[in-house]
Amino acid sequence: MILVYSESKNLTIELLHKATDLAKELKTKTIAIIIGKDDDSLAQEYIAYGADKVLQVESNLEQYKAEEYADILDHIIKDTKTQVVLIGSDKNGKELASRLAGRLDIGCIIDATNVYIKDGKVTAERVVYSGNAISVEQFNSAPSVITVPSKVFDPSPKDDKRKGDIEKVKASFEKSASIVANVAELQSGGVNVEDAEIIVSCGRGMKNKEDLKLVNDLAEVLKGKTIGCSRPIAADLKWLPEEHWIGLSGHKVKPKLYIAAGISGQIQHIAGMRDSGVVVAINKDADALIFKSADYGIVGDLYKVLPKLTEAIKAKMG
Amino acid sequence: MNIIVCAKQVVDISEMKIDNSTNKPILSGLNKKVNEIDKNAVEEAIKIKDANGGKITVLTVGEADAKERMKELLAMGADEGILINPPENMDYAMLTNILAGAIRKIDGFDLIICGEASTDMFSGQVGPRIAGILDLPQITYAQKITVEKDKINAERNLGDMVVTMESPYPVLVSVTKEINEPRLPSLMQILSSASKPIQDWTIESLDVIVESKVKTIDLQGVSTDRKNIIYKDDSEDNIQKLVDNLAKDGVLR
Ligand SMILES: Cc1cc2nc3c(=O)[nH]c(=O)nc-3n(C[C@H](O)[C@H](O)[C@H](O)COP(=O)(O)OP(=O)(O)OC[C@H]3O[C@@H](n4cnc5c(N)ncnc54)[C@H](O)[C@@H]3O)c2cc1C
Ligand SMILES: Cc1cc2nc3c(=O)[nH]c(=O)nc-3n(C[C@H](O)[C@H](O)[C@H](O)COP(=O)(O)OP(=O)(O)OC[C@H]3O[C@@H](n4cnc5c(N)ncnc54)[C@H](O)[C@@H]3O)c2cc1C
Repeated sequence: MILVYSESKNLTIELLHKATDLAKELKTKTIAIIIGKDDDSLAQEYIAYGADKVLQVESNLEQYKAEEYADILDHIIKDTKTQVVLIGSDKNGKELASRLAGRLDIGCIIDATNVYIKDGKVTAERVVYSGNAISVEQFNSAPSVITVPSKVFDPSPKDDKRKGDIEKVKASFEKSASIVANVAELQSGGVNVEDAEIIVSCGRGMKNKEDLKLVNDLAEVLKGKTIGCSRPIAADLKWLPEEHWIGLSGHKVKPKLYIAAGISGQIQHIAGMRDSGVVVAINKDADALIFKSADYGIVGDLYKVLPKLTEAIKAKMG
Repeated sequence: MNIIVCAKQVVDISEMKIDNSTNKPILSGLNKKVNEIDKNAVEEAIKIKDANGGKITVLTVGEADAKERMKELLAMGADEGILINPPENMDYAMLTNILAGAIRKIDGFDLIICGEASTDMFSGQVGPRIAGILDLPQITYAQKITVEKDKINAERNLGDMVVTMESPYPVLVSVTKEINEPRLPSLMQILSSASKPIQDWTIESLDVIVESKVKTIDLQGVSTDRKNIIYKDDSEDNIQKLVDNLAKDGVLR
């Protein structure tokens, strides 16, 4: 069997496409897993997107906990003779997959950017060395656990006539000693940097949160309207929500134009934007690393350069 | 509070070049350093020890030269180190079975701290994998830790939400870069760290089966060429040239 699990519906649907391809090649079937409350319409949707079977694992679990979810998946894997487990690569998905692989003493590949069968073996590619290399890894054991980030695979076309089984089971797991004491949602503006065509991005060269206006103004005239940032702006200073954070541990973007203002260009930032079309850097330090990763650069104070650039672009675009 | 910090030596990838003829990254000759976030892990351990007493053991699977990196962590304030030489073609299963085997051998620990991920391979697989092997609760991506007598409280930063977990000991926690600012050891501390012990342990001395599950079959470099047209100042003229170039490149539509 090929198992697919993610807390995110979109990611599950994307993974189902790859799962169906793998199932064809390995002459087996796909199972999508839903943990928590029963949701027949979601199960139907997963079938329409390629699941041969949906396993609805009913539990009274209010919240996700890696220990308990790994235990649940462990039982399913053993009961279904699973060959491959595809898990959505968000933070919970990664820690869940890793824990599961540790318990079962099996192989696991995190953040795969491709999955295929080569010489009869499950093979996956992943980006290593902060985007400087791609490593091709092959499982010599089974089952194989692989996590895949969002947008790596497209969903297959939806087929509402597709038939599949829906099976309901009671979750079986050992209770974890840990408890979830609090959940605080963070503010979000529904920004999607991954799909943005133009991104104006800022880093610690900004002195105050209010100065983000300069970045916004430029984004506005570029009609990109999307702003990005380095990790410190989102994670330390919290001037922008996580959805703007670009880099190795943030979002990977590929706009046709990426403007980096007051960003030093550390390799972990570059890892998130190296696939951009044209890169422009603005930095007051002529030796800043960002210039090495830029097509065009202006050495100067962003407080002067950004307004000038905004005006000049406005004039050019009419 | 007995704390084990897992710390890794990494190559400095900011200096990494790609060999044009083979398209492989050139790994030899690169500087080595402590994985950045593992310094945050040690810093957090020191803070916990300062408030609660106890001992900090740094555990590394790495080549002999990793001792130099471990000394930096001892200088920061860790008490002792354990270094284990990696087997050939080590994969995650092998690495984590070795680490878990060593942790079992260290008697009486309350807390294992790992980094959220390493800067070179960046998988974040190691911490939760060890927790799975040892069947311990895990709290990953912790941006804040509060230690109490019989439980730990930690905030997991998941980007769109912050989840606060509580767990009894022993527990494995992985920390983010934002949790603290690692201290720079003083010259005195650097000098006195020379007398702190670093033990060499062998895999044979651990009761573990070390078997590969995943094999790296290829490694290809990725290089992006950029034009690198850099204007030395922000004169009107330069701004105009930049804008004209962007228009020519077709990105101003
Ligand atoms: C495991 C790991 C993962 C990481 N993941 C990410 C990630 O996903 N994304 C990320 O961005 N970082 C990440 N980092 C952090 C990364 O290493 C850098 O610390 C970070 O990118 C630096 O952010 P910055 O460029 O905004 O700040 P700084 O490095 O402080 O750079 C600020 C820059 O602004 C310039 N400047 C200052 N004032 C002005 C002015 N008035 N006008 C013009 N320029 C000015 C300075 O010259 C400097 O170059 C990660 C680190 C680790 C260890
Ligand atoms: C192409 C390639 C080349 C490789 N070359 C080598 C090599 O030359 N030498 C070698 O030793 N390994 C090598 N490995 C193995 C790989 O680096 C290990 O699996 C690695 O140590 C852990 O992976 P990670 O960096 O993704 O850890 P992550 O899971 O991202 O690290 C998270 C945390 O786990 C802990 N941790 C991770 N690794 C160790 C460790 N080794 N010791 C103690 N704590 C640790 C740290 O707390 C770290 O912050 C190679 C792997 C590949 C794919």
